[in-house]
Amino acid sequence: MKMKKFVSAFLASAVALSLVAGCGGGDKKKAEEKKPEAAATVKVGVFLPLTGDNAGGGELEIRGIKLANKLHPEVKGKKIELVIADNKSDKAESANVAARLIEKDKVKVILGTYGSSLAMAAGNIVKEAKVPAIGTSCTNPQVTKGNDYYFRACFIDPFQGTVMANYAYSKGARKVAIVQEVSNDYSVGLAKFFIEAFKKLAGPDSIVEIANYQTGDKDFSAQLTNLKAKNPDMVFAPGNFTESALLVKQARQLGMKIPFMGGDSWETQDFLNVGGKDVEGVEFSSFFDSTNAATPEAKKFLEAYAKEYKGEQPGGLTAMAYDCYLIALAAMEKAGTDDSQKIRDAIAATKDLETATGKTTLNADGDPIKSAVVKTIKDGKFTYLKTVNPEDLKAQ
Amino acid sequence: MNTNKRNIMLTLAALVVLFGVACFAQTEIDSYVRRIINLCLIYAIIGLSMNITNGFAGQFSLGQAGFMAIGAYMVGIFTVPVNLRADVFYATPMHPWLVNIYFPLWLALILGGILAAVVAGLIGTPVLRLRGDYLAIATLGFSEIIRIVITNATPITNGALGIKNIPPLNDVRYIFLATAISYIIITLLLNSSYGRAFKAIREDEIAAEAMGINLFYHKNLAFMVSAFFAGIGGGLYGALLGTVDPKNFLFTITYNFLLIIVLGGMGSITGSMFGAIIVTGGLEYLRLFDEPLEVMGVVIPLFRPGLRMVVFSILLMLCVLFWRHGIMGTNELTWDKILNFVKHPLAGFRKKGVQGK
Amino acid sequence: MEIFQAITNMTAVGLAQHMVNGISLGSLYALIAIGYTMVYGILLMINFAHADIVMMACYFALFGITTFHIPWYLTFVLTIILTALLGVTIERTAYRPLRDAPKNSVLISAIGASFLLENLATYVFTGRPLHFPDIPFLSSMIAVGGVQIQAICLFIPIVTVICLVGLLHIVNHTKTGMAMRAVSKDYEIARVMGVNIDNIISITFAIGSSLAAIGAIMWGIRYPGITPYLGVMPGLKCFIAAVIGGIGNIKGAVIGGFILGLGEILIVAFFPQFSGYRDAFAFLMLIWILFYKPTGLLGEKTTEKV
Repeated sequence: MKMKKFVSAFLASAVALSLVAGCGGGDKKKAEEKKPEAAATVKVGVFLPLTGDNAGGGELEIRGIKLANKLHPEVKGKKIELVIADNKSDKAESANVAARLIEKDKVKVILGTYGSSLAMAAGNIVKEAKVPAIGTSCTNPQVTKGNDYYFRACFIDPFQGTVMANYAYSKGARKVAIVQEVSNDYSVGLAKFFIEAFKKLAGPDSIVEIANYQTGDKDFSAQLTNLKAKNPDMVFAPGNFTESALLVKQARQLGMKIPFMGGDSWETQDFLNVGGKDVEGVEFSSFFDSTNAATPEAKKFLEAYAKEYKGEQPGGLTAMAYDCYLIALAAMEKAGTDDSQKIRDAIAATKDLETATGKTTLNADGDPIKSAVVKTIKDGKFTYLKTVNPEDLKAQ
Repeated sequence: MNTNKRNIMLTLAALVVLFGVACFAQTEIDSYVRRIINLCLIYAIIGLSMNITNGFAGQFSLGQAGFMAIGAYMVGIFTVPVNLRADVFYATPMHPWLVNIYFPLWLALILGGILAAVVAGLIGTPVLRLRGDYLAIATLGFSEIIRIVITNATPITNGALGIKNIPPLNDVRYIFLATAISYIIITLLLNSSYGRAFKAIREDEIAAEAMGINLFYHKNLAFMVSAFFAGIGGGLYGALLGTVDPKNFLFTITYNFLLIIVLGGMGSITGSMFGAIIVTGGLEYLRLFDEPLEVMGVVIPLFRPGLRMVVFSILLMLCVLFWRHGIMGTNELTWDKILNFVKHPLAGFRKKGVQGK
Repeated sequence: MEIFQAITNMTAVGLAQHMVNGISLGSLYALIAIGYTMVYGILLMINFAHADIVMMACYFALFGITTFHIPWYLTFVLTIILTALLGVTIERTAYRPLRDAPKNSVLISAIGASFLLENLATYVFTGRPLHFPDIPFLSSMIAVGGVQIQAICLFIPIVTVICLVGLLHIVNHTKTGMAMRAVSKDYEIARVMGVNIDNIISITFAIGSSLAAIGAIMWGIRYPGITPYLGVMPGLKCFIAAVIGGIGNIKGAVIGGFILGLGEILIVAFFPQFSGYRDAFAFLMLIWILFYKPTGLLGEKTTEKV
């Protein structure tokens, strides 16, 4: 009996809460109705995975966007209001949310998202609605290909894979093993471009082993033991940072001292936290060098980040999200804030824009032409090793 | 007979009216709301399909995600325009046998359904001997196996990279027609002798067998029909999103449909329809829990992303605990009831009128 | 000749390493599987939330050590108590009201409870992985003739065996255990015989959840990345382990856990090209066993339940 009473009380309060929230929403809507008369705000939609499998990445990226909004709150005298929506790391949700941002919140430009498949689910929607979207860290080439309304601030997997293959080769690796997260498009894509580039450099037999694991796996000991027997010079293991950190940790526990390499997703505090001293010395490609400000804008970003999140280093994801916002901002400066089509054209014409990661220029596909940075982890900190420009790769 | 005829006419009329509404929605309503309506309709098909096994035949199956995946991939593999396929399969080229085969959407949907049904038939033979929890976990296992095979069969399915460039289908009319046809077929099936056999099995397997019902045949039939419609629903889902990848079909998505049939009533066709609408629409409505809330200028810290799902799961729990039979239980919303309801308040109104005099 | 020797030596070490990996994974599965089997044995329901109880226990232990700076041994004790409380709470709120409801409703309620715990954890702890603190000697590595073993991997089987023996003692030689067995056989009759069913079920949940907590601590030390969804796959696999061994049978659960852990590792060891199918192994195993021996390896009518 008591139980029932408790539960009904709970239910009642839940309903009350929901009503309060509903009213709160209502108030906000009323406020919004008034605002356009004053025309004081511009809405920018943000959709990121804030819950679900990719919540870690989404959380880091939202920081970048919020920080950028804090530093650059206005465009043409109007305040920029971020409309942040959670796509739950789920494709159906991602599509819903993108449509909602466009139709309901009437945003003129959308930023996001982490995770290429999430971005692709929204691709048709932005294309249909002719509202431009700028991807933060969706590195799959398919995101922008054939879609005139999707752009991105990050480099793409073929480039990243080639950079790492060249880097591995230049470090003297001739026999490389791959460990890929077979259910993760990012990992599989990156591994594939790495393999292609590395085979060109070191011959067709240079990949000694390709091991697979699934997203969410915790135990990699079997794959690693196999790998150890093949005795490769290096291991390329792109993947989510949670799994990757455990992977490297277990490799070290098995006594493997071979260098490990990965992709940009490793540059997060979480990777350091989970991996601890076992991830010392791993090498990975990244979007930018957080120790050397490439532009005045980068300096601003680094300082603001250090102030906001004490004791943490900004990762590539955060910087990419910051860049996204800047690209949208610059386009709105140029094209005004009313016409999505004009904003799209302005984004497409982005050239030598000063962003946190250097100068950004978008090519015909909507992908930036930018250099990659190779980093390592030293004393628990991300440490810059080398910059690789797109021209360098062509020269080889 | 007369009322029966009347009911059929009424149903048809309602479908025509609803189709009119769908046409109206297609042209007049913005794409966000259309998307939600479409998702409701698709979830209704899949919910219904799950209800055939779980609600009517009483076989607790959690394999819907796998059958959806089969349907979705059928659409994904065969409806992408041939000239765009090289772009999609940029990592590993598509299998040369498949690369030039193109199906229109309707054909891919039906083939997806059939393939799902065939797979269900193969799975059903060993699995349907099990009961209760064992069946649940075994079907769940199969749906995971299907997903893992799809993830690894790269030349056919493009593996984890998924398939993009499926011609997008955010068309309420098309999806409404698909839902209506599924609804009619499932209703006819469940009202036939097969449907009565399913219910008999649900109520008491031993008694049903004693009455001469072939348990294995009917269970397998229910399972296959269920898979067929889950395949169609999955195909539509893939077409609505314009892209499919294996992560879409993790077994957790099955819980959505479980919720739909629990809320609507296990063993009620109309209940599943309502359930789909309430769950899909409700989740969108609850989105306000994820947004920051300001009450009189004070930001309440409780409201941040994730709260929506917490509220949602609490509501699910409360519904399971205190409202076990859902909206409809095993009943149906029939025309007789609607007409009675319409007549009844009118009668009451007239009485009041008399009193007034 | 020397090269040949080197190769055979290598594979021997490799094989030994694989066996060690398999046994340590298997004993973890076994530990968690016992919890499933206990609850199933008494209530005849899959406690879908068990996996998420494991996840919550990981967070309890983690926060105890990192946020509250409680010494690790005390934290472990606290974690076990808290987790037992959590388990009992879940039983009271989610399962007890449905005691006389059809079995499927209980199953749905269990799925709901699991869903709620996952969403709650995502909301409270965010989706970012947290690092389970290193425990001084348990996290260190020991090398035995080229085979690397984490100290915890030596402990897990020992802990598993201790738990197994302790449980068997409780079930077979105490009054509570007798009552548990009675409830498991027929709870109507047990009620008539004066067994307080609710209490016995609560105790079962408390014990099952404490085992989950122990498993979680071991799991956290072995695989220190803690996320809200960490329990999902291991949970399913442990349940499968319990089914393989014969659900309701404690010894069976341990055997099932070892079979699954070793099998998973060895399939990758011998067929590296199928490493992508590793997760499918558990499910195939499940279906195979259900097909040929639906009661599991040890689940014969004569063995004791519960």
